[in-house]
Amino acid sequence: MKLIIAYIQPDRLNPVKQALYARSIFKISVTNALGCGQQRGYVHMWRGALQEVNLLKKVRLAIAVNDEFVETTIEGICEGARTGHIGDGKIFVLPMDECIRIRTGERGSEAIG
Amino acid sequence: MNKMLSAALLGLVCAGICFGAEEQAVEAVQAVQTVNAAGVSVTETAEVISEAAATSTADLAMFAVNNLWVMAGGMLVFLMHLGFACVESGLARAKNCNNILFKNTMTPAIGFLSYAVCGFALMYPGVHWIWNNWFGFAGFGLHLPAGDPIAYHNGEFTYWTDFFFQGMFAATAATIVSGAVAERVKLSSYLVFTAVYVSVVYPIVGSWGWGGGWLDAMHFHDFAGSTFVHSVGGWAALSGVILLGPRIGKYVDGKVMPIMGHNMPLVTIGVFLLWLGWFGFNGASALNADPQKVSLVLVNTMIAASAAVVSSMLTSRFMLHHPDLSMTMNGCLAGLVGVTAGADCVSVGSAVIIGLVAGVIVVPAVVLFDRLHLDDPVGALSVHLVNGVWGTLAVGIFSPEYRFLPQLVGAVVIGLVSFASSFAIFFALKKTTGIRVSEEEELRGLDLCEHGGEAYPGFQFFVNM
Repeated sequence: MKLIIAYIQPDRLNPVKQALYARSIFKISVTNALGCGQQRGYVHMWRGALQEVNLLKKVRLAIAVNDEFVETTIEGICEGARTGHIGDGKIFVLPMDECIRIRTGERGSEAIG
Repeated sequence: MNKMLSAALLGLVCAGICFGAEEQAVEAVQAVQTVNAAGVSVTETAEVISEAAATSTADLAMFAVNNLWVMAGGMLVFLMHLGFACVESGLARAKNCNNILFKNTMTPAIGFLSYAVCGFALMYPGVHWIWNNWFGFAGFGLHLPAGDPIAYHNGEFTYWTDFFFQGMFAATAATIVSGAVAERVKLSSYLVFTAVYVSVVYPIVGSWGWGGGWLDAMHFHDFAGSTFVHSVGGWAALSGVILLGPRIGKYVDGKVMPIMGHNMPLVTIGVFLLWLGWFGFNGASALNADPQKVSLVLVNTMIAASAAVVSSMLTSRFMLHHPDLSMTMNGCLAGLVGVTAGADCVSVGSAVIIGLVAGVIVVPAVVLFDRLHLDDPVGALSVHLVNGVWGTLAVGIFSPEYRFLPQLVGAVVIGLVSFASSFAIFFALKKTTGIRVSEEEELRGLDLCEHGGEAYPGFQFFVNM
């Protein structure tokens, strides 16, 4: 079992969701996030004054998958989120110790479903 | 008697203000002084005042009141631009909010300027008809007529009152387009379109009726602009929508996907502002303050809107299973557009029917345009085009003074001309500078890409569509 966390551009959320759906990955959670990577923010002009914006708006996906789905999920996220421009985002793959479905008490792979 | 005199003074001072041009102001001040001097003698010998003097004093009082009402009406029409800005930005997504507010700020400014350059002279050519009564032009710029300024237009209002009121109307037609093409149109192309459409097409078409052209001669009646403003704007919106294509994600595999607006309270504020502004739009279109006429116009305007609110609520309840707020808001505007053509000549009962029908047809119209894959984010086609035509035809149905056939001819010919000319302008822009933003800009939002800033900095919205 792995937990896949991905930070993507907000406007790529829909293509990523579609790419994941096409690969039968339906269970995701999405949150708004702020962050910066290699680009280290940008400079923004507000009423003639320069403002340095360090934290960019991103969307964070968290997807728990069984091992055989890890590569498919990564592939889907890349397909939907890649534009080739700086700031496309990153994917982190973490080992996951346990997963429990609260309603039934199922554990492990079964709980991931 | 004192009251009358002060009214006369008020009238002259008011005239002095609105003539603007220096020499007129000087003349008016001199006139005030003359009346002042005369006034002293009149109070001294109140009994011997001649009947003629009393009549002219009463005339001047009426002149002041007429002018004040039409000028106030112009200000109310101005307020409608804020209403449009609120409705359109509320029904669009947060990422395009600045862009829409920007367009709606530019529209009345460009509209008023271009109307001063040539629009007013094209729309009201007076005696300067060039080609039969189809095309007339009184020359570039504004031409204050020579002679007694009070004698302008049978002494009902001044030249500047006339221009101010009509100039406010001019940009309304372009604002209608702005909503329909929202969220994907290139700002520069929209602005060029607005300038051309408001300074050339809108006034020429308008001159056929309001300027005393061929439609006026065949007894076509459009009181405040169901056709000349709303359907002229609606047809241009239609050609814009066709040439632009739908927003990304609106029609996927033949299915209609909803793209929700981001701020319904803003939409509601906008609709109420438009509703209020409409009392000036219709009420002052009487072009005088005749209480008998204006009061009927105001009642008709209000009651048609009310009927449309109720009928659109019921229609959306039974067609879409919920009393839909955005549909009811569209319904309110539909009723107002519908009654605009006949507000002065139909009975209150007929105004109720016009409003009820407008509220009912606006809901299926929105659904139908979506089925045809004509993406109109704010429902401008259903409100202004469909109900502009309905309101124009309704005059022929409900008013005993006007026949149906001229109304039909007017609606059809003006439809053809406005659609063809707006299509030509948009098409030329599409082939030269392009009318649509790039896919990347559309996805990131026009606020960031065209204006370099967001409408809600510090807030984070999901950009899910």
